[in-house]
Amino acid sequence: MTALAARTRGAAADWLLRNHIWLFLALAVAVFSMASPYFLTVNNLSNVLTQAAFIGILAVGMTMVMINGEIDLSVGATLALASALAIGLQPAIGVWPAVFAGFLSGVALGALNGTLVALSGMHSFIVTLGGLIGIRGLVFVYTGEQALMIEDFAYTEIPEVYLGPLSLTALIFLALAALFQWVLTGTRHGRETYAVGDNIAAAHDAGIRIKRHKIINFTICGALAAIAGILLSMRLGTAEPNAGRIWELWTIIAVVLGGTRLAGGYGSMWMTVGGVLTLAVLRNGLRLLNTPNYVELMVMGSVLILALGLDRVLAARKGAA
Amino acid sequence: MTIDWQQALRRHGLIAAFGLFLAVVAVGADGFLTLGNILDVLRQVSITGTIALGVTFVVVTGRLDLSVGSMLTLLTVIVVDQHNVVGPVGAVALTLLAGLAIGAVNGVLVGLLRLNALIVTLAMLSLLQGVTLWYSGGSNVNVAGAGETWFAVFGRGTLFGVPVPVLIFLGGAVVASFFLKRTEFGRAVHAVGGNETASRFSGIATARTVAAAYVVSGLATAIAAIIMGSRVMGAQNTIGQGYELTVLAGIILGGTSLMGGSGSIWRTVIGITMLGFIQNGLLLLGYEYYVQWLVSWVVIIAAVWLDLAAKRGRVLA
Repeated sequence: MTALAARTRGAAADWLLRNHIWLFLALAVAVFSMASPYFLTVNNLSNVLTQAAFIGILAVGMTMVMINGEIDLSVGATLALASALAIGLQPAIGVWPAVFAGFLSGVALGALNGTLVALSGMHSFIVTLGGLIGIRGLVFVYTGEQALMIEDFAYTEIPEVYLGPLSLTALIFLALAALFQWVLTGTRHGRETYAVGDNIAAAHDAGIRIKRHKIINFTICGALAAIAGILLSMRLGTAEPNAGRIWELWTIIAVVLGGTRLAGGYGSMWMTVGGVLTLAVLRNGLRLLNTPNYVELMVMGSVLILALGLDRVLAARKGAA
Repeated sequence: MTIDWQQALRRHGLIAAFGLFLAVVAVGADGFLTLGNILDVLRQVSITGTIALGVTFVVVTGRLDLSVGSMLTLLTVIVVDQHNVVGPVGAVALTLLAGLAIGAVNGVLVGLLRLNALIVTLAMLSLLQGVTLWYSGGSNVNVAGAGETWFAVFGRGTLFGVPVPVLIFLGGAVVASFFLKRTEFGRAVHAVGGNETASRFSGIATARTVAAAYVVSGLATAIAAIIMGSRVMGAQNTIGQGYELTVLAGIILGGTSLMGGSGSIWRTVIGITMLGFIQNGLLLLGYEYYVQWLVSWVVIIAAVWLDLAAKRGRVLA
């Protein structure tokens, strides 16, 4: 009887450890639903999801890199470059070739980051910190410090497609999360990504090609940053040289809030979606309650530290059981 | 006596590369290597540099401090605002205390509670931004009667022709270097960064050492905020945004390893100053200010890669 109770408790702690972010989210949704009549409406929630999608798409790529045991600080700058190219090249080569060029810039920069990390043995924090500074430089060189405007506003209509309450942008985010969850669990690359992140020496001894997986994951991360940038350029109709500044930090916050570990080897897209939505709900809910901007920033910081502490407590309890 | 070239390159490669860079720019730009320009560059890097002195302690323990940019903003707002309330002496004292207190919060969370440094200081980045907006109500603050206060000395004064911020930065470097190299605390900082478990078993109070390193980082940021407030005589709510990354870039460029255990104040001074000379040299050569970012990218990657390659004797990992 006690053994059963203990096992149930263990299983509950285990479930909580993996899913605490959804509990956080449910709590936030419940509180804001009671506090504001405008929160729990289809219209508002659909908006929240669309707003969450940009950081969300960055977070999907970041999750791949983080499970691999690395970090990518350059996603905000990559997003800005893709968005600038997608708008800036339109007069010269047409809308879709420009969009494709923007996408390719993300793929190329991601591959460059991955290759540098793999070949040099430098910490990805350093490589992508360099990237964050340099890629922003590329954006400024390309745009000449100007915000680029589109000429034909049909471009901003492209993402205005809805499936029920879900915008195309939100759908792309959810589809990418589902796709890469499948990559993580259903493909050899995904399983070996976990293995490398968990224990790089053991993965090496097991014959896993560490460098290849790192390059692939950084390329995915860059490509997704470019997709987020292109969608942002469609939503705004302009590309600002400062777009996406410090978004890499919000992205890391969302992923870690979800429960994916910075140390690598542990996490999932499911957790990341939870983290992204929680961040977006907190922002939206606090704004609906007319709280000043600073409350949002303080709550975000506190929640992150709390989540970290909770993760520590739950992991310790599980270790003890 | 034979010279071990590999050894020499490893130890002094950075300084050689720096010298080469200075020579190249000096050929292209008149007035680059004049005393006036060199002092100008040093003055420009004095704020980042002063912060970097403190962050070096944290990095040598094998940890990061991403909160210094937000902290710089908050403390600059405090020093400027309090100058109008309690006067310059009180404002400086309050700012130093606030810096120590914020550093202590970081220190407790990372050192004593052993939470992940990157995430904690990232959370503090957001939190301190919030505190700044709360404190200032979102508006810019200015020093009233900026013309007549002696507070101007920290950012605008000169002593024997040398700008005071440069004296603070270099004087701070001497003091910091002494503490990091010659004191028990400094050796503990190195030991914790080198091998935390071993240092705990050798009787070093690892948690307190890490916490103290964050307090040093907070103190350095407070000093930088005093320079900043005095220089600008005002503060916006975004004045320190992005400083955390420039500071880290300078420290990394100097060759201090992010893994902890190695690094020195003089490397940080050289790294930060190098970034300043890159910026200044490119501007003198007539490039737009953002070209320095591209060059910094290449220089950071090349410097760290070369350093690694020299250490392991192979270029590729």
